[in-house]
Amino acid sequence: MSLVWKLLRQHVSPAQLAGFFFANLLGMLIVLLSMQFYEDVMPAFNGEDGVMKNTYLILSKRIATASTLSGEAQTFSESDIRELEAQSFTRRVGTFTPSQFQVYGSLSLGGVGMGSDMFFESVPDAFVDVRWPSSLAASSEEVPLILPRSYLALYNFGFAQTKNLPKLSEGLISMMSMDFRLTGEGGAERRLKGRIVGFSTRLNTILVPESFMQRMNAELAPRAVSAPTRLIVEVGNPADDAIATFVQQKGYELEDNSLEAGRATYFLKVVAGVVMAIGLLISALSFYVLMLSVYLLVQKNADKLQNLLLIGYSHAQVSLPYQLLTVGLNALVLLLSVGLLFWLRGYYLERLWAMFPTLSEGRVWPALLLGGALFLLVSLFNVLAIRRKITNLN
Amino acid sequence: MNKISLQAPLPQVFAQRTDLVSDVWGKDTTFERGHLYLIEAASGTGKSSLCSFLIGYRHDYHGQICFDDRDVRRFGASEWTSLRRHSLSHIFQELRLFPELSAWENVQVKNQLTHHKSDADIIAWFERLGIADKRDTKVGRMSFGQQQRVALMRALCQPFDFLLADEPVSHLDADNCRIVGELMMAEARRQGAGVIVTSIGYHMDLPYEKIYRL
Repeated sequence: MSLVWKLLRQHVSPAQLAGFFFANLLGMLIVLLSMQFYEDVMPAFNGEDGVMKNTYLILSKRIATASTLSGEAQTFSESDIRELEAQSFTRRVGTFTPSQFQVYGSLSLGGVGMGSDMFFESVPDAFVDVRWPSSLAASSEEVPLILPRSYLALYNFGFAQTKNLPKLSEGLISMMSMDFRLTGEGGAERRLKGRIVGFSTRLNTILVPESFMQRMNAELAPRAVSAPTRLIVEVGNPADDAIATFVQQKGYELEDNSLEAGRATYFLKVVAGVVMAIGLLISALSFYVLMLSVYLLVQKNADKLQNLLLIGYSHAQVSLPYQLLTVGLNALVLLLSVGLLFWLRGYYLERLWAMFPTLSEGRVWPALLLGGALFLLVSLFNVLAIRRKITNLN
Repeated sequence: MNKISLQAPLPQVFAQRTDLVSDVWGKDTTFERGHLYLIEAASGTGKSSLCSFLIGYRHDYHGQICFDDRDVRRFGASEWTSLRRHSLSHIFQELRLFPELSAWENVQVKNQLTHHKSDADIIAWFERLGIADKRDTKVGRMSFGQQQRVALMRALCQPFDFLLADEPVSHLDADNCRIVGELMMAEARRQGAGVIVTSIGYHMDLPYEKIYRL
């Protein structure tokens, strides 16, 4: 083999191979990096209680002056819900169930008592972004509550600040017990304790478990027929134009900026996709450069290759040096780009963690798998193309 | 392989010629293993073409060439590789040596493939052919006569049923011509092989059993 290589390495152009090497390295690195960055950053957008929970929208009917005066119902009917469920963007629909009884809540804080009329709402458990504690059984006399995270901020930085009241952390709040008085039809009354078990960024209401709500509504307001005023919808792609069109057409309203958040995620996906496509394009071009370079090499060494074939060397034997050369280069590119990927990843993860301290590390294997697959695919093409070119010689 | 038979072969470029007088073109000829043949040819009568057809390098001819009654046109790449390595050795008129390799490496490039001869055998050939001092000289710097001797050694570094020697001594003096003839015939006899020598006039003095005029 050494003598054959000595012959066939004639006319090998280090400049051309270096050109291929760096172009392929750049392409491969961009592909792997965009994949890895997507894997690492996506949880920050998508994770439980993440910065932007993109897939849930909260719908209500628009409240207009005319409808207030006319007393028109702001509730969703069965057919409204069925129609929504039938839309292509919908994955599932949950309803907000309001309490059909009066709620009075009170709280004693450092000797100062506070109390207020309030209300409860519930949604199916699957739509809640905070886990209900399993220790609080549905039959217990203590009701778990989930408040909007914005309420806590409103209290700490608005109310407590001006009234000289102590600021409260989430941990402290979860230790406080509240008293509730529920009054239903015909003066039926229930007193029970309540405890805040979490804060939601998704649901802007005072939330109790669905099972508790059903039990209490049945017990305190057996005759009341409730129709939901708000719906929670899980959608596949929040940036789907169909959503905006549907909402507009039906005269519904979307709560907060959940669509914008969804668009941001969608935008991230698009950017990652575009960057990856550019990487793939560079890889494809570098592959083309390598093939041209090898074809040129085969052409320049055509006489030698032909002579080797005529004295009894097989096509496989004379193809092998060039095949090893290209596969070796590809392997080197893969190893180096994986090394560079981890180096760069360490650099950006540090910054990402500074922004999102609770962020979990993304998976690494999809990028490695993609790199491996690209290596195999490109190498296979190289090996076959070289063999084909040399077979055509004689 | 025991015989090479040519059935009315004719290079395509000769197809229009009507004045062709030849013992080979357009005739049936058989070369058998263990025999010695001479093909004499004038320039431009298709001697190199015949060699190219026999070694499977070109196929632009009419008629049929068979190895042991098998049409060579049906042979695939792997079959030709096997033939060139085990059955059919060829000393090319244009030598087809590698100028960037030394004389020794040019012989080894074949012997490493077949492992047919020991280093000692090859060293002995170099000495016998009077180019022992050129072993490490790049072939590109050797005279054509010296290169012809390297090409002969390379051709002998394999088992063969037929040796096709295309003008093997055109640039050699009488002494070297005799030595080349002896080496070639000794190896052919040892293997029981057939030898087909071509010449355009000046040829080795060997006991040819049949002489064809191309």
